[in-house]
Amino acid sequence: MSDTLFHKVWDAHAVRRLPSGQTQLFVGLHLVHEVTSPQAFDMLRQHGWRVAFPDRTFATVDHIVPTRSQQRPFLDVMAEEMTVVLERNCREFGIPYWPPDNDNQGIVHVIGPELGLTQPGMTIACGDSHTSTHGAFGAIAFGIGTSQVRDVLASQCLALDPLKVRRIDVNGSMRPGVYAKDVILTIIRQLGVQGGVGYAYEYGGTTIDRLSMEERLTICNMSIEGGARVGYINPDDTTFAYLQGRRFAPRDAAFDRARAWWRSMASDARAGYDDRVAFDAAAIEPTVTWGINPGQSVRISERIEGDPHDEAFAFMGFQPGDRVAGTKIDVAFIGSCTNSRLSDLEEAARIVRGHRVAPHVKALVVPGSRAVSRDAEALGLDRVFVDAGFEWRGAGCSMCLAMNPDRLEGREICASSSNRNFKGRQGSPTGRTLLMSPAMVAAAAIAGEVVDVRTVLPEAVLA
Amino acid sequence: MNPASSHQPPATSARVAGRALPLRGDDIDTDRIMPARFLKAVSFEGLERHVFEDDRAADPAHPFNDARYGGAAILVVNRNFGCGSSREHAPQGLQRYGIRAIVGESFSEIFQGNAVMIGMPCFVADGASIDRLQREIERDPAAIVTADVASGLVQAGALEIRATMPPAARDGLLSGRWNPTAMLLDGIDEVRAVAGRLPYIANFPAR
Repeated sequence: MSDTLFHKVWDAHAVRRLPSGQTQLFVGLHLVHEVTSPQAFDMLRQHGWRVAFPDRTFATVDHIVPTRSQQRPFLDVMAEEMTVVLERNCREFGIPYWPPDNDNQGIVHVIGPELGLTQPGMTIACGDSHTSTHGAFGAIAFGIGTSQVRDVLASQCLALDPLKVRRIDVNGSMRPGVYAKDVILTIIRQLGVQGGVGYAYEYGGTTIDRLSMEERLTICNMSIEGGARVGYINPDDTTFAYLQGRRFAPRDAAFDRARAWWRSMASDARAGYDDRVAFDAAAIEPTVTWGINPGQSVRISERIEGDPHDEAFAFMGFQPGDRVAGTKIDVAFIGSCTNSRLSDLEEAARIVRGHRVAPHVKALVVPGSRAVSRDAEALGLDRVFVDAGFEWRGAGCSMCLAMNPDRLEGREICASSSNRNFKGRQGSPTGRTLLMSPAMVAAAAIAGEVVDVRTVLPEAVLA
Repeated sequence: MNPASSHQPPATSARVAGRALPLRGDDIDTDRIMPARFLKAVSFEGLERHVFEDDRAADPAHPFNDARYGGAAILVVNRNFGCGSSREHAPQGLQRYGIRAIVGESFSEIFQGNAVMIGMPCFVADGASIDRLQREIERDPAAIVTADVASGLVQAGALEIRATMPPAARDGLLSGRWNPTAMLLDGIDEVRAVAGRLPYIANFPAR
């Protein structure tokens, strides 16, 4: 029988049909962080429940960690308390935990893949909507709320309804200066921020097939911005090569057995889908958001269109007919679970090398994990950024959602490699976010305004 | 205090009656409902004070600032309400503020799931019906609106609109078993059996 990965994984993890008609679905990997878990642990304690599968549960601290100095205790008393509470909960319930000073610490959606915890064919849940990121490996991964975190802790299961599956094909060659971020922003723009509600997105096609794992993570990460709680890419040789040798990945003969099982979970060539759409990669340009949701974007060469009464225009200070190119920026942020991995930093460094950040711009690079930091420093990327006038920070979520001291002030405009341009998202209620690729952020930091990255890429790349 | 009981709304959650609050606009995200800085806490207590805090500060005419809608029990919204972050702090804040049911054109899945988990029904109706309902509430903010899970009917004066919700949410709210943990734990032996069949749990042993 031919079927999609979504249905194969769902069926393999279905425990039983609940009286409500929902499926009791087993969760193969549960990632826990400090913001959405404390109330869940409290509920466990009050009911006398244990954690059902502590060895399928991993915790770290990412949202609230400061990035300037990660010395404990944190200066922010509440951040310190949240960290202490997570530490106590992990100790009490026997959950593996990586503290801020541990080599494995980082954003949950960065460290899961990098440690080999994230594998094809799994179900993965975390109290964070960007859990869709892990779908890049061919896992069914989704964000949950705190009450559901409690359910997964207590039973390793969730009560869920299945999703429909939309196949999104991207075919052809991406032009120089166009990145995975531009691909997903284009998809969200076309299908809408509500378009994915009720669906899992399966990304495929020749463009997707050629992407690295880190690029695939960027694509799947932003599925939720298109309304799709789940986004995934079928596992292939790129996936298997990435996993080989990772700390939690199977080894030797077990790896061969794993690969066979992983392959068997991929969608069959003749699988049926509830919907299909296709994109031409060659038509995608560097893309940047202008509004207050991730679907409000334009190609960098394009003018903004829309209803002038849309609150996004007044909030952002744009008018219909404006271009985003040429917009002066105050802050440049390279980081977040969308675009803080080594290849993101390498690409940004390529643009930054030998240049200076514009004098009026505050620019920071926040690696997604301590491993990304180490790898980047081994390549000397930290020096490239610092020499250009960027701040090189410790790992964490940082200015993506500003739960730590990194935040916008007043109406500052930030060129950001993160995932959400919601009002107030970067910590100032009136702060403004322009989402774009890390390369575009780097180019904007140097120019002091939004520019087409293709005009600053080394000529060898564009030739 | 027992957390389940602290999260359980009044026994009438299958039928909510009270004044209503129309909040117009599509794609109202959870960062707006509950800005991230208020997530810096280890409990949900006090979140009612911060519902739409930044939107309210920016707009004196925001419906949550409007005294005519004070004490509303039913929130009426448009499309894709609660998109974005999975933070349960958003529905928790609304519920603690006094909202016991939400009626809208559509909801983000994560938000809707979170709301049901704390016993707050999310009714879905077509755009024209929602518009009529919002107008009716704006015309007469003191009107008592009822939202009935069993029948799916939302009534405001003479206006009656038909709404739906996912069957499992409806059944859970009607039976009082919207909180599934105990049900999930009932199947724990089957859970262990499923785990035993999944090859990755034991890191792909030879079999």
